[in-house]
Amino acid sequence: MQIARDILLRSYRSMRTIRDFEERLHVEFATGEIPGFVHLYCGEEASGVGVCAHLSDVDTIASTHRGHGHCIAKGVAVDGMMAEIYGRRTGVCRGKGGSMHIADLSLGMLGANGIVGGGPPLICGAALSHKLLKDNGVAVAFYGDGASNEGTTLESLNLAMVWKLPAVFVCEDNGYGEATASSYAVAGTQKARAAGFGMPYFECDGNDFFAVYEAAGEAIAHARAGNGPAMLHVHLSRWYGHFEGDAMSYRANGEVAELRNDHDCLKNFRKSVTEISLLDESSLDGIDASVRDEIEAAVVAAKAAPLPEPEDLLADVYVSY
Amino acid sequence: MAGTITPITMPKFGLAMTEGKIASWNVEPGSSVDVGEELADIETTKITNGYESPASGILRRQVASEGETLAVGALIGVLADKDVSDADIDAFVEKFQNEFSSQAAETGASESAEPVVVEVGDLKLKVQDSGHGDDTPVLFIHGFGGDLTNWMFNQDHFSGSRRTVAFDLPGHGGSSKNVGDGKPATFAATTAALLDKLDIAKAHVVAHSLGGAIALELAKSHPEKVASLSLVAPAGLGKDINMDFINGFISADRRKTLEPVLHYLVHDKSLITRNMIEGIIRFKRLDGAVAGLETVAKACFPDGHQADDLHGALENFTGPKQVIWGENDEVLSAASAKGLPASVKITLLPETGHMPQMEKSADVNAAVTQLIA
Amino acid sequence: MSKKSFRQAINEALRQEMQRDPRVILMGEDVAGGQGGSSGVKDAWGGVLGVTKGLFTEFGPDRVFDTPITEASYIGAAAGAAATGLRPVAELMFVDFIGSCLDQVMNQAAKFRYMFGGKATTPLVIRAMYGAGFNAAAQHSQALYPLFTHIPGLKVVIPSNPYEAKGLLIEAIRDNDPVIFLENKVMYDDEDEVPDEAYTIPFGEANLTREGDDVTIVAFGRMVNFANEAADRLEKDGISCTVIDPRTTSPLDTGTILDCVAETGRLVVVDESSPRCNLACDVAALVAEEAFDALKAPIRRVMPPHTPVPFATVLEKLYMPDSARIEAAVRSVMGYKAKQDA
Repeated sequence: MQIARDILLRSYRSMRTIRDFEERLHVEFATGEIPGFVHLYCGEEASGVGVCAHLSDVDTIASTHRGHGHCIAKGVAVDGMMAEIYGRRTGVCRGKGGSMHIADLSLGMLGANGIVGGGPPLICGAALSHKLLKDNGVAVAFYGDGASNEGTTLESLNLAMVWKLPAVFVCEDNGYGEATASSYAVAGTQKARAAGFGMPYFECDGNDFFAVYEAAGEAIAHARAGNGPAMLHVHLSRWYGHFEGDAMSYRANGEVAELRNDHDCLKNFRKSVTEISLLDESSLDGIDASVRDEIEAAVVAAKAAPLPEPEDLLADVYVSY
Repeated sequence: MAGTITPITMPKFGLAMTEGKIASWNVEPGSSVDVGEELADIETTKITNGYESPASGILRRQVASEGETLAVGALIGVLADKDVSDADIDAFVEKFQNEFSSQAAETGASESAEPVVVEVGDLKLKVQDSGHGDDTPVLFIHGFGGDLTNWMFNQDHFSGSRRTVAFDLPGHGGSSKNVGDGKPATFAATTAALLDKLDIAKAHVVAHSLGGAIALELAKSHPEKVASLSLVAPAGLGKDINMDFINGFISADRRKTLEPVLHYLVHDKSLITRNMIEGIIRFKRLDGAVAGLETVAKACFPDGHQADDLHGALENFTGPKQVIWGENDEVLSAASAKGLPASVKITLLPETGHMPQMEKSADVNAAVTQLIA
Repeated sequence: MSKKSFRQAINEALRQEMQRDPRVILMGEDVAGGQGGSSGVKDAWGGVLGVTKGLFTEFGPDRVFDTPITEASYIGAAAGAAATGLRPVAELMFVDFIGSCLDQVMNQAAKFRYMFGGKATTPLVIRAMYGAGFNAAAQHSQALYPLFTHIPGLKVVIPSNPYEAKGLLIEAIRDNDPVIFLENKVMYDDEDEVPDEAYTIPFGEANLTREGDDVTIVAFGRMVNFANEAADRLEKDGISCTVIDPRTTSPLDTGTILDCVAETGRLVVVDESSPRCNLACDVAALVAEEAFDALKAPIRRVMPPHTPVPFATVLEKLYMPDSARIEAAVRSVMGYKAKQDA
């Protein structure tokens, strides 16, 4: 598979940004400075980035409660996201959404979503917009293995097929819905579910950027060509708890350590590209350093940013009322 | 004549009228009335109108009470001499009511002629085309913000021996909302085209307010189409215009804010009915209505004054011509009726506002009748 | 202008807005009806009560979408489409079905704008039938407008006659916020003079259908007509009522309600929805808080009992507020005498 150098660099940078963003949040959250709760995407970076590498601002994605990675992969500004998570007026949602509602519709980012299974129906609508407005766009719903059991998701698979929508349903299967394993909560298989709706099914290893990139490319091309929706099942691993502060007492000791050692999508990426001399170590190191600075700057700026004003409380409930 | 019982029924002031409400009785039961004396005030879909007694006698019964809404033709009172017994009157009322309800059931309310839509170029105009006969037709042109029902107390009066036509100007009532440049000359061109479309070669023109300016433009551009001019509180003969009325009419969108604006139209403020206000609000909600009014106001009344001086058009028109004005007009001052050429008959109506054709319909109808006879 | 039924008024509003703006689309269960059926007729129903009849034939399959019977997915799709450039009108058939898709309305469409910091615009209309009087029983008869009124971010419209229905629906379609548009299913054949042209009635402006001096009656939707009937009967007995049709429960024209209560000093609120936490409670609280000094008598609410809507005609009749009950409530507030201080 041929991937242009600029796409590789951009994708690596995107994955590295997500990793550093999330790791930093993990540290900062523990200080008590970040309000609310956050759900981290560490370990899953290749999925969001591998899918979004095939999308432009015309295309739409809907995300989940674990949405930071999708936002960064779709191009949402990191400083605006950080400020949002700190509840600042300079945040992408002016401090009124927080971690679970980061959105930027101008970039086709239809929002993280606090409701499990909230995204797939919305993506049917976005796909309908692409189809009727004839902008050649594709709409992508990211959802977890937990959400794969929601009625909204199953209804959406059906509706997308009935209306032959340019939609891709990306099931990010990280093995856990909150504290309950998918081995317990998911009956049958995602593959069989897709087949039940007559929907093309693609599957890949989410720790391998190249595998995701290739499978997502096929699924998205299928939808973009007007052939109707497709499902992409990405096998992933979640490195942190459901939310920050989750002691993960439901996971065996050493499970996460092993994931970090043996299934790190960033390590895998670096190994792959340097082995065959696609990219050299120094350019990747340069990206790492640049991202570190960017995240540091975003945190410093967020902490110094102004808080929302009292009048913001009443603003933007309606366009007009 | 001894023993005669005269039924007093809900009058039909205009074609569009199907029912009326007794706003007030002006004669107590037991009092005598003469022909032409105001028996009651009747609230219509527009303004409240005085109902003049069709006969002389003693008002023996008020069959309908104040506040009651009745169909046209329904019994509202009974006139009779004093020697008619109460029992006879009771019997008369009972018989009338029985016959009226069965008759109403038979004919329904289908008899009133509905306005039609006439296409003139790109425009669709709502036209009330009534009456027939050999006499020269009468054309009614309403004013700014008005519509053909402004003539509800007048059009019927002339429909006995001739064709009468009232219509909604572009941008008004049920006509297309495209007003073009909004100038009287443009409306006059549309009016001329409408007459052609209706196969009316020549008509007596009765026009109100801004419609007056349109009539004068019509007389200027198409003198052969105008048999006579009856201008009711016309625009085009003065500089001043009450911009509080114009701007208020355009901007007010609720009953509360519109009602005081409409008070400028009449001398007796109590004449403005809820239905009239509601009707105007409903018109203004139509797509394009307010934009049309704004265009007309801008074209006709830039800088708060009337743009067009049409004294010349009035002077040059050689047919019979008259101006009718309410002395208490608060929109276009009756002072403009002064200093007009002697060939123009002037009628000034006391205690009358900007809409004499509604407020003093009998006087206006008489003046027009006299001019066109 | 001609006489049109409530059903025709809504159909005409949809047609005119679809003609005006190609982004306006229609979706719902059997809004056309007949897709894939053995007769080949594709505009078979035009909605379960024929309200959208003819629109599929006129606008075709790229504007009018029959959906599977999956409310969550298509109401959610309508929200998603609204946030991404279309102006969908989704029909929920019976408002009672909101139970299957409340998340899409409450947590998604209603919240986008606020939680995305003002960056989303969701011009969505959800039409649904509401109301008892059809022997449709507990799951097809509710008047759930308080539920929607409760949710910030939604606008809620309840037209009381065909004229109001057309103007308010066009306003709803042109509005840039999510709007819940509730049609009383008993009123579809009601007739009224309705202009042929498109027109709009602004939200948040109450309509006074009667103006009087003695009692203010606030009524919603079909109840406005019952209130008018009661007011007309009371007028003959010398009791004059103001009847307020708020038209929209969100936004609510609180100014007009307070002004009228200040003039009459007495308030009766008529609400077809279940009595706890309904609009009657809302209006009563407003007046008690803001116009206490104007009140000459306690506020009276005319409402159904706190039960599901029953099926049998005799029970449903007992359940529903009607003009006789409104009349009795008005007479009771007129007859109120304050107790003397001990």
